[in-house]
Amino acid sequence: MDGFPILSLLTFLPVLGMVIILFLKKEQEKEIKYTALIVTGLQVILAAILLGNYDYSMAGINDVNSFQFVEKFRWIEVTGLSWLGTLKVDYFMGVDGISVPMVLLTAIVSFIATISSWKIPKALKGYFALFLLLDTGMMGVFVSLDFFLFYVFWELMLLPMYFLIGIWGGPRKEYAAIKFFLYTLVGSVFMLLVMIGLYFSATETLADGTQAFTFNLLALMNQANYTATGILSPYNPENWRFVAYIALFVGFAIKVPMFPFHTWLPDAHVEAPTPISVILAGVLLKMGTYGLLRISYPIFPDVTRELMWGIALFGMINIVYGAFVALAQKDFKKLIAYSSVSHMGYVLLGMASLSSAGINGAVFQMFNHGTITAMLFLIVGVLYDRTHTRGLNDFGGLAATLPRYTGFVTVAFFAAIGLPSMSGFISEALVFVGAFGVETTRTLAMISTLGILLGAAYMLWTLQRVFFGKLNEKWADITDLDTRELIMFIPLTIIIIFLGVYPSFMLDIMSTSVNSLVEIVTTSFSNITVSGL
Amino acid sequence: MDMTNLSELVGLLTPEISVSLFLVAIVIFDLIFNKDKKILPFIALAGVAVTLFFVVSQYGEIAEPIKSGMITVDKFGLYFKVLILISTVFVIFFTLSSDEIKASADRLGEYYTLMFGMMLGMFMLVTATDLILIYLSLELLSLSSYVLAGFTKLRSRSSEAALKYILYGAVSSGLMLFGISLIYGLTGSTNLYAINDYLLSSNGNVVILALASVMIFAGIGYKISAAPFHFWTPDVYEGAPITITAYLSVASKAAGFAMLVRILYIGYVSVSDATGHWTVIEAFDWQMLLIVISIFTMTLGNFTALWQDNLKRMLAYSSIAHAGYLLLGVLVLSNQGLIAVLIYFFFYMLMNLGAFYIVMLIANKTGSENINEYDGLGYTSPFLGVALTICLISLTGLPPTAGFIGKLYIFIALVDAKMIAVAVIALLNSVVSLYYYVRVLKHMFLTKATETTPVVKASSFEKIVLLALVIPILVFGVYFEPIINFAKNSLAGFGL
Repeated sequence: MDGFPILSLLTFLPVLGMVIILFLKKEQEKEIKYTALIVTGLQVILAAILLGNYDYSMAGINDVNSFQFVEKFRWIEVTGLSWLGTLKVDYFMGVDGISVPMVLLTAIVSFIATISSWKIPKALKGYFALFLLLDTGMMGVFVSLDFFLFYVFWELMLLPMYFLIGIWGGPRKEYAAIKFFLYTLVGSVFMLLVMIGLYFSATETLADGTQAFTFNLLALMNQANYTATGILSPYNPENWRFVAYIALFVGFAIKVPMFPFHTWLPDAHVEAPTPISVILAGVLLKMGTYGLLRISYPIFPDVTRELMWGIALFGMINIVYGAFVALAQKDFKKLIAYSSVSHMGYVLLGMASLSSAGINGAVFQMFNHGTITAMLFLIVGVLYDRTHTRGLNDFGGLAATLPRYTGFVTVAFFAAIGLPSMSGFISEALVFVGAFGVETTRTLAMISTLGILLGAAYMLWTLQRVFFGKLNEKWADITDLDTRELIMFIPLTIIIIFLGVYPSFMLDIMSTSVNSLVEIVTTSFSNITVSGL
Repeated sequence: MDMTNLSELVGLLTPEISVSLFLVAIVIFDLIFNKDKKILPFIALAGVAVTLFFVVSQYGEIAEPIKSGMITVDKFGLYFKVLILISTVFVIFFTLSSDEIKASADRLGEYYTLMFGMMLGMFMLVTATDLILIYLSLELLSLSSYVLAGFTKLRSRSSEAALKYILYGAVSSGLMLFGISLIYGLTGSTNLYAINDYLLSSNGNVVILALASVMIFAGIGYKISAAPFHFWTPDVYEGAPITITAYLSVASKAAGFAMLVRILYIGYVSVSDATGHWTVIEAFDWQMLLIVISIFTMTLGNFTALWQDNLKRMLAYSSIAHAGYLLLGVLVLSNQGLIAVLIYFFFYMLMNLGAFYIVMLIANKTGSENINEYDGLGYTSPFLGVALTICLISLTGLPPTAGFIGKLYIFIALVDAKMIAVAVIALLNSVVSLYYYVRVLKHMFLTKATETTPVVKASSFEKIVLLALVIPILVFGVYFEPIINFAKNSLAGFGL
């Protein structure tokens, strides 16, 4: 695999597809759809090749030599600024055990979402062009190792997402789209400030021996690279690291979405078309927690250690609050949206423990939540396509008319509840093992278990209201899943059950890197004092 | 200035002389080809091309700034001349497809003459280092623009615009002149270098200095439409022909900023240290003044733009907000900030001209700039829709567009100067700006066209002009090295 730019290919293949689609005529709907399908299909194959060649024993995180499939080129270089030294930005990509699961998730969810987009009613050309652009943005975020590049990909997703919700969405689409846009932008402007602050705080030695400020994430993780007076440098007694951490955390937390920044999510989900909800819940939310693990944790381990209780607290609030709100929903899609808020809380809780089990659980939960929630949103979409309603009380007894559908629903619901033998169980268990094992987060973890109980309550209650009981005669004629829909559900079901009985398949990929991350976040940047507030 | 220096001086002034000669040529050709004015734009374009040649060759020749009496020829000024020339080319192209201007085609001679008059004023303005010459160039620029703002004189809002422009202009230039006279009384000179020497060496009367400086800033603030001297901007931008609005919002503003930077960085600072940071003279802390003005300007511009239904007016307020961001680059007192100003202007030129051009094309067809005319534009004319989207996204400052790089450099300069609070305010401002830019996108893509909405189709010429603006926005968004190098070279030796 030496020298083969697999990560660039993974990232920019969708852009190629987008260009092809833009050259097709509006009427060539079939060609447009198949182009998108082939591109996302190729992405899955490439991701599989990546996994096949991935060396499980290399850690990555802060060591460029143990990153894999690395591509590093000088992108921008302005030399001879006498007052600043060299300004440079690298095109720097690579994967480790934290990014590989996310790359796999992105490829799989995008592929399934493409199939789910098959019956988009209008303006197919624009839809798939934007969809593929979004795909590039997501993949780019998960493979970038340069903060500048990361930020560009991060922002690249905003516009396509705005249009995808705003044009193809439901009745209140305009409101939901602009709300999503504004919330995310507020988050990313804070990220931008921290990025610039970090840039001025650390230097990297270039090939010619000169020192230059850097956006390189790996260089920023090394305490030795920081300058004496940089605004975010640990050596500067008046540094702003604490404030910067909070700003960055807010930027990522909006994406997660963490309470109290979660209010954009239900709106966006309810209004977005099904495939976009799938992408949103399946991949986009993970970027928030991924950003925390990739950037906040290893660059600010000192502040992370100080604030682990706070992160766990917000995780706990997400779990319990999300579950309570879900319990009160009358709209199927809103219920799933709030269950997402609750389930992302587990990720935060696991991360907060700073323990190997907890972070393994968190990364695993990110993957599992991606697949399970994708399936849940597909389930809602299938029902909505047929009945044009999502009211939980409008149904009843569907199990009798839709046996196959109900079967998949049961799998997905039990996976969401965290039933043993389903993937969700393993990751949630690991999260709790991690969080119980650490003194700081123990109490919060105990409260969080309430979320499991509530999760079972709203899921089972929904199952009962929609699928069991007396059949609502209005829906006596609706049809069961067709082949296309089976193609969406079967792979996800297989993944959920396979990872439930054989979790090491995924855990082995991430564990080396996670252990290294735990080591970094618990030990590095330790001989300094945090100040700034 | 004796005769031996004359030839040398002529050599320094080749761009200005070229502009003047072509100005005369336009007048003559206008008289000869009385009936058919089709040739005039080509003479104008030739004038721009010849002048560009002189500017570029001068840029290649001079290494150190050349001070000669009232002017200083340096790469900093030449950078702005390049910007002014590029925007002039585009504005001439815009004019070719503007129905507004075609309606008064018999007066095209005046139009191009005055445009060259503006250009001459701007050229002098970016070169002058003497307050008297600065004032004179400013007046030349202003007088030409007053007439151009009212060029479509049969339309009442155009005349209203011109009148408002003159009234505000007269007051602020009067103030500026008074300020200059105070400075002269205080320092005994109108030359910026001499003023600087005086301010560094002796403790003048601080009250008078402050008063004079604020008055001079009133004149500059008027030209760059910084609050609270911005009141003319929305009315004039709305009333003037769009070609002129575009020209005022880019070229004239660029010249104003160049003048501001010269006055501040030559007159009011002690020289820069090795790290590229400048120190403000102790007598007058204009930095604080500018911080207040800048924040006020961008906040007011952005928040007022939120309520505008007329796109020209909205872009006027957005350009006020951008003046606020640009001021940030000036007030940080570092070369980093000056680079940010230079590249920001380059990108701002592309995106602002692009946006105004599309507004003009739509107004050609519909006769209105109301936001409702844009309903469904993304479907009836995808090309214009996408192009306008790119311009607006760039104005918001989102990657991967050039506008992001401009903003990034402004914020880099702010963080470098440790002005975190100001940076936060500016960033939150750009979030606010997103709302009104996206509002246009909403009308273009999320709202369906009504049956009465006319379908706007761009001709291939118009498409090419637009592509010439939009493609660089995207290219410089991912590969901005050339522009930064250009700006960096232009700053070499500045202020020495």
